[in-house]
Amino acid sequence: MSENNEKCQCQCGCGGKDEREEKLVQIIKDCNYDKSQLMHILNETQNIFGYIPMRAQKIISEELGIPMAEIYGVITFYSRFSLEPKGKYNIAVCLGTACYVKGSQGILDKLKEILGIDVGGITPDGKFSLEATRCIGACGLAPVMTINEEVYGKLDPSMIKDILEKYQ
Amino acid sequence: MEKVKITIDGIEMEVPKTYTILDAAREAGIDIPTLCHLKDINEIGACRMCIVEVEGARGFATSCVMPVAEGMVVRTNTPAIRDARKVTLELLLSAHDKKCLTCVRNKNCELQTLAEKMNIDELEFEGEMERHPIDDMCPSIVRDPNKCILCKRCVAMCKKVQKVGAIDTMNRGFKSVVGTAFDKSLDDVPCSLCGQCINVCPTGALSEKDATKEVWKALEDPTKHVVVQTAPAVRAAIGEEFGMPIGTLATGKMVAGLKRIGFDKVFDTNTGADLTIMEEGTEVIERIKENKNLPIITSCSPGWVRFAESSYPDLLNHLSSAKSPHQMFGAIIKSYYAEKAGIDPKDIFVVSVMPCVAKKAESKREEMNVNGLRDVDAVLTTREAARMMKQAGIDLNTIEDAEFDNPMGEATGAAVIFGTTGGVMEAALRTVSEILTGKELEKIDFEEVRGEEGLKEATIKIGDMDVKVAVAHGLANATKVMDSIKAGTCDYHFVEVMACPGGCVNGGGQPIHDAKTRATVDIRGLRAKALYDADKNLPIRKSHENPVIKKLYEEFLGEPGSEKAHELLHTHYHKREYFND
Ligand code: SF4
Ligand code: SF4
Ligand code: SF4
Ligand code: FES
Repeated sequence: MSENNEKCQCQCGCGGKDEREEKLVQIIKDCNYDKSQLMHILNETQNIFGYIPMRAQKIISEELGIPMAEIYGVITFYSRFSLEPKGKYNIAVCLGTACYVKGSQGILDKLKEILGIDVGGITPDGKFSLEATRCIGACGLAPVMTINEEVYGKLDPSMIKDILEKYQ
Repeated sequence: MEKVKITIDGIEMEVPKTYTILDAAREAGIDIPTLCHLKDINEIGACRMCIVEVEGARGFATSCVMPVAEGMVVRTNTPAIRDARKVTLELLLSAHDKKCLTCVRNKNCELQTLAEKMNIDELEFEGEMERHPIDDMCPSIVRDPNKCILCKRCVAMCKKVQKVGAIDTMNRGFKSVVGTAFDKSLDDVPCSLCGQCINVCPTGALSEKDATKEVWKALEDPTKHVVVQTAPAVRAAIGEEFGMPIGTLATGKMVAGLKRIGFDKVFDTNTGADLTIMEEGTEVIERIKENKNLPIITSCSPGWVRFAESSYPDLLNHLSSAKSPHQMFGAIIKSYYAEKAGIDPKDIFVVSVMPCVAKKAESKREEMNVNGLRDVDAVLTTREAARMMKQAGIDLNTIEDAEFDNPMGEATGAAVIFGTTGGVMEAALRTVSEILTGKELEKIDFEEVRGEEGLKEATIKIGDMDVKVAVAHGLANATKVMDSIKAGTCDYHFVEVMACPGGCVNGGGQPIHDAKTRATVDIRGLRAKALYDADKNLPIRKSHENPVIKKLYEEFLGEPGSEKAHELLHTHYHKREYFND
């Protein structure tokens, strides 16, 4: 065997150990590598990282012997799991038909401009993250965005700055 | 077996208690439409196409999963059922990218057939379609989720039969899609490229990466000497594309069809298979004698090799270093044959017709070259070869048989059976025994390694040695062998692995049959039988007795395992990242 058998768990480029990954490995161990504990392990992963990064999925896949595709399938099925890092405040702008017609793209653009991030991004201080969603069922209030659980409706780009200030 | 009495559409019958309503209906010759159902593999009752009425029960029953019961009265064809099925189908169709005319599965699509059978003449709900990107970055397989009906047949095949799990259902609701983790190309995930998912897909959502265009281009190029070689399993299946019964051996017609297309030479990959036996057999003998890295495992199934590279990278030293037969043969065509025929190897374009999609990716591997030229320039599946014939107006039913071209057209019975599970093992045993003992075998049929069982084991007496062999087909069975090696409990000397269940006769590039045919006809058994019959009828049945091979070693390669043989006919393997970032 010419190949290197050592497994490097870390893909983040930090070169060192990531405590969060070690914690995850420990949790899986505590579950006795039981495949049926997948949901619990994903929940814990979401809590530890604030999202479920690819490298965490790789660890879970390897340790539990569950294919990546299956894990990814579960993560994308449940909305409480997220694939992208979420900020302390996660902003979701509805791009469903009703909101779109009423100008939600302008709202999104304004947010991008003020926060300096793209959809799927997070501000360097970890405070805000931004996502675009499908219809959230609040069409009467279009255009709509949510910041964590809070819903903001009948928006206009000029209102965005003031709203964000509440979270500073 | 305990039986129950039931009545279906007025037909009274007695069937085993373990039957589903669908099983019983099929036995009675009643056709119930299905989509998601794949016998023994995907029995999830999800699509509701197969609904029937059961007297006394509320609502419709899904016949593919509902077991029969004593006294059950079933109706499969009432106006209410027809309406409900039609609505289900219309909903599926409204979210479907209906491009039949330009679809690879045109006229061989279960969805299209159902639309015809149910007399769909109008679609009431033309829904909004979620557009998904098409994955055509992989050299073997194209995924077009826009044609996927979410039946999950491919997922079950991949996860249960192949134990790979490269694909699954992602997202939920309207956004649901069958795909890979992080929507990667199949090339970047631990997919073996076996193509079994293609063969069970009812639609055009999965298909091989097309190579017909580049082959036509080479054929049109006057500076190119275009050589085609055909794998053993192709002859046992290509007739099906022209409506011949499953299990028809169409060797002569296939050769004639390829000649008519315009290939300059039509050679038989079986000659390459005989060569493989010489090289691999020599390696087997050496490794058993030296007791080194046992068991030695065959390497002629590129789906298997790729699976081993991503899932068992620490055990790659068990694989034989022999290239697969068509790669070996390509290398010989561009060296020995080129020399003999006086053609510059640069001007030779080698096409392989294979029952396989993994071989497309294999032929693009960096190692697969001879003096910097590709061993094989393009790989066509059996289906693509038939497609090209049809494009050229050729009908295999009416064409006169033709023979493979010389000098590379001679092959043995040992090589023919390479196309089925156990065949490589049997061919190798014929040669290895005779070389090791120096005596002619009394019986050359090794029945112990034939047949459908997933993992076959046998102890073969060679001289005074007991050689323990095993034959695994389908990757789930391969994992059993690999896990036992890992655990240190494996005592085999020699193992044959083929990625596809049943071996190449059932390869991912072979003609596709619908779920009902798969459930009711032993497709791979019939194709395998055609190959065993061919073996029986050939004058030479042992690879080492093939005169072409003998001459090849005398004139060109020297001994099996020689330096030259190694340079041209052997390869190496490397760990594949399980999942590419
Ligand atoms: S998958 Fe079937 S129904 Fe869909 S476009 Fe292709 S042939 Fe037509
Ligand atoms: S080619 Fe084989 S391994 Fe890859 S997704 Fe299809 S069934 Fe799974
Ligand atoms: S890709 Fe084919 S087999 Fe797989 S779920 Fe879609 S339609 Fe079914
Ligand atoms: S539910 Fe029976 S075939 Fe799909």
